[in-house]
Amino acid sequence: MAGRKAQGKHVYLDHAASSPMHAAAVEAVQHYMGAEYANPSGSHALARSARRVIDESRDIVAEIIGCAPGEVVFTSGGTEGANAAVLGAVRRGNGRAVCPAAEHHAVLHCVEDTGGTVVPVLPDATVDLDALASELSRGGAAVVSVMAVNNEVGSVNDMERVARVVRDCAPGAVLHTDAVQAACWTDLRELWRHVDVLTLSAHKFGGPKGAGVMVVREGTGLAPLILGGGQERDRRSGTLNVPGVVGTAVALAVTNSNREGEVARLEALRRRLVDAVTSRVGCATATVPRAQSVPGVAHICFEGLESESLLFLLDEEGVCVSAASACASGAMEPSHVLAAMGVPRSRMMGSVRFSLGHTTTREDIDAAVDAAVGAAERLVAARS
Amino acid sequence: MKVLLAMSGGVDSSAAAVVLRDDGHDVVGVTMRLWGGESDTGCCSVSDVDDARRVAQQVGIDHLVFNFSDDFDAHVVGPYVDAHVNGTTPNPCIECNRHLKFDRLIRRGRELGFDAVATGHHARIAPDGGSLRVMRGADRAKDQSYVVHMLSGADLGYVMFPVGGMQKSEVRELAARAGLRTAAKPDSQDVCFIGSTAGRGGFLGSRMDLHPADVVDASGRKLGTVDAVELVTLGQRRGLGLGGGDKRYVVDVSVAERRVTVGDEEMLHSQGVTLGDLSWPHAGDATAVQGATVLVQGSAHGERHEAVVEVPDGRSTGNHSAGSTVRLVWSRPQRRISPGQTVVLYDTTDTFVLGGGIVTDPR
Repeated sequence: MAGRKAQGKHVYLDHAASSPMHAAAVEAVQHYMGAEYANPSGSHALARSARRVIDESRDIVAEIIGCAPGEVVFTSGGTEGANAAVLGAVRRGNGRAVCPAAEHHAVLHCVEDTGGTVVPVLPDATVDLDALASELSRGGAAVVSVMAVNNEVGSVNDMERVARVVRDCAPGAVLHTDAVQAACWTDLRELWRHVDVLTLSAHKFGGPKGAGVMVVREGTGLAPLILGGGQERDRRSGTLNVPGVVGTAVALAVTNSNREGEVARLEALRRRLVDAVTSRVGCATATVPRAQSVPGVAHICFEGLESESLLFLLDEEGVCVSAASACASGAMEPSHVLAAMGVPRSRMMGSVRFSLGHTTTREDIDAAVDAAVGAAERLVAARS
Repeated sequence: MKVLLAMSGGVDSSAAAVVLRDDGHDVVGVTMRLWGGESDTGCCSVSDVDDARRVAQQVGIDHLVFNFSDDFDAHVVGPYVDAHVNGTTPNPCIECNRHLKFDRLIRRGRELGFDAVATGHHARIAPDGGSLRVMRGADRAKDQSYVVHMLSGADLGYVMFPVGGMQKSEVRELAARAGLRTAAKPDSQDVCFIGSTAGRGGFLGSRMDLHPADVVDASGRKLGTVDAVELVTLGQRRGLGLGGGDKRYVVDVSVAERRVTVGDEEMLHSQGVTLGDLSWPHAGDATAVQGATVLVQGSAHGERHEAVVEVPDGRSTGNHSAGSTVRLVWSRPQRRISPGQTVVLYDTTDTFVLGGGIVTDPR
């Protein structure tokens, strides 16, 4: 096996799958898993101490998003948030759910499962606004769910324009945005201005897994998904995950204060990666133009090659990347996002997502470029 | 060597991982995801992938999943349905070996720089002069040379069967000693893409039209009906709705005429069988076996019967060449083998694979 992996060194370019936790978040989580263990719903001193840190965390999140603290609901992550938003609105709103075809399965499967409608996307994976308008004009939409940033190819939906279409054509519908991939790259305050529900997942921005946030605008009708002890003002029952909540708030605060610098730094690194790979490998092209996608995602299609083989060879070089999504067995499935974009099969089958984040260095990028070029050259040679 | 081991999640490939590791190879386990549809047979399922992955972890090797479901659909499931449309009885497990394990996976292994692809089959590869040939596994009761008979040439040099020289009991002991969760897992029996609830009829019924047919005797007298002529197989006794009485077997199936003919066991017998779609992994064509006595096996663990190979005048008998056929003449009359079934020829010591083909004419 090749050098880097044998030495236990990795180039981690899979931040869109999960980003390493910020040190401050690790510290906060450890503290609340150890020294402070009480249930914040209790009334004694230790419970009150735990409750205080929940309230402080809620304030931090609310300040960053620009919402009222009471609008913040802590969840178990992005999938729960998406389910709670879509299913909650359908159950309360007596209508159907609508989403674009390139949504994450956490949204898409909820829409399909409730008999909702899926509208097409443009070749860059953003929602086709004309199709959305025409679908909503039929009436009967209880919720519209449009992701802020696509998790596979990184393209950005213009939520201001999406909101305008929804308010014009379906004024009664709840507008949810899955902002799981947006937190590192876009101003959440700006995003929040346009929607009724916004959901986040902590481990995508350096927080712990199993924790997330759902922001629900006051007065929005959502039936709770999880019933029980009535925590989170009856909107999400279950004992509050104190370490998760604290870790979420700390990581979001770090991400928010570093965002501007990181966007510029990582945009330059992504440009370096995409330019090098596409210029050195004849069959490689960027899947969406960089102006339309966030700096953290470099999605490249290697026409005529296979993702499984590319990923294996990159892994042998210690380079950790992804391709599309994996099913329950761990097998890679052809991407529903690329299919919705109309990417031809010969390009789709050889797609690789390099995703960058707060730990990514220029050395990582250069090592990944060399590994990707080497892998592609080898596979091209094997075919000829 | 750098070895890519196909791991189904069963005990044989689990033990193969231990053998290869202990022999000092650099092993990567891979489970092929083949069937994309629903399955309740416990085969090709997520729990098998879980088993394979956990075994790989315990053995200390990497484990991957390759999604070959498109190839499986094109080369195994599609032809399986087509064969039933045409009224023949296919063997999907052999086609899976031919097209998936010993073609797609081998190509993938070579492309990724592996020195060999290994599987958990009970078969052996033996040197013979300057080349290699497939030989029966050491455990005769579990021998799988029948299903890997098509391996030839360069591929034989690239493939390893790490447990082919072991008894099944030794395989299970090895897995148990290594503490593997698959040690006592039962052998898979069924066609992986056919659920046990809906069965073959349910599966095929969702992919093709099934037609009712008359059941008649040799004189043409109608005795009853069946719901789906496409599901009836030569030699079948049950499911014909004929009630008790004398033993009656299906002796002819005509999908085109929607007719199933039954008769006594004697009527099932034939003097020989004709094979097409030939493969001669070792010799390349039938010249070497022309006029020779061979042992013939017509199903996965079926009995061997003696026959003499006849090559039609002026006809090609090359590997998979179009229209190529040979005729096997039985030493004693045998039950007919259904069209579509695979027949494998062994030498008279019943040790080496000589070749194989698919039944085109059972008479």
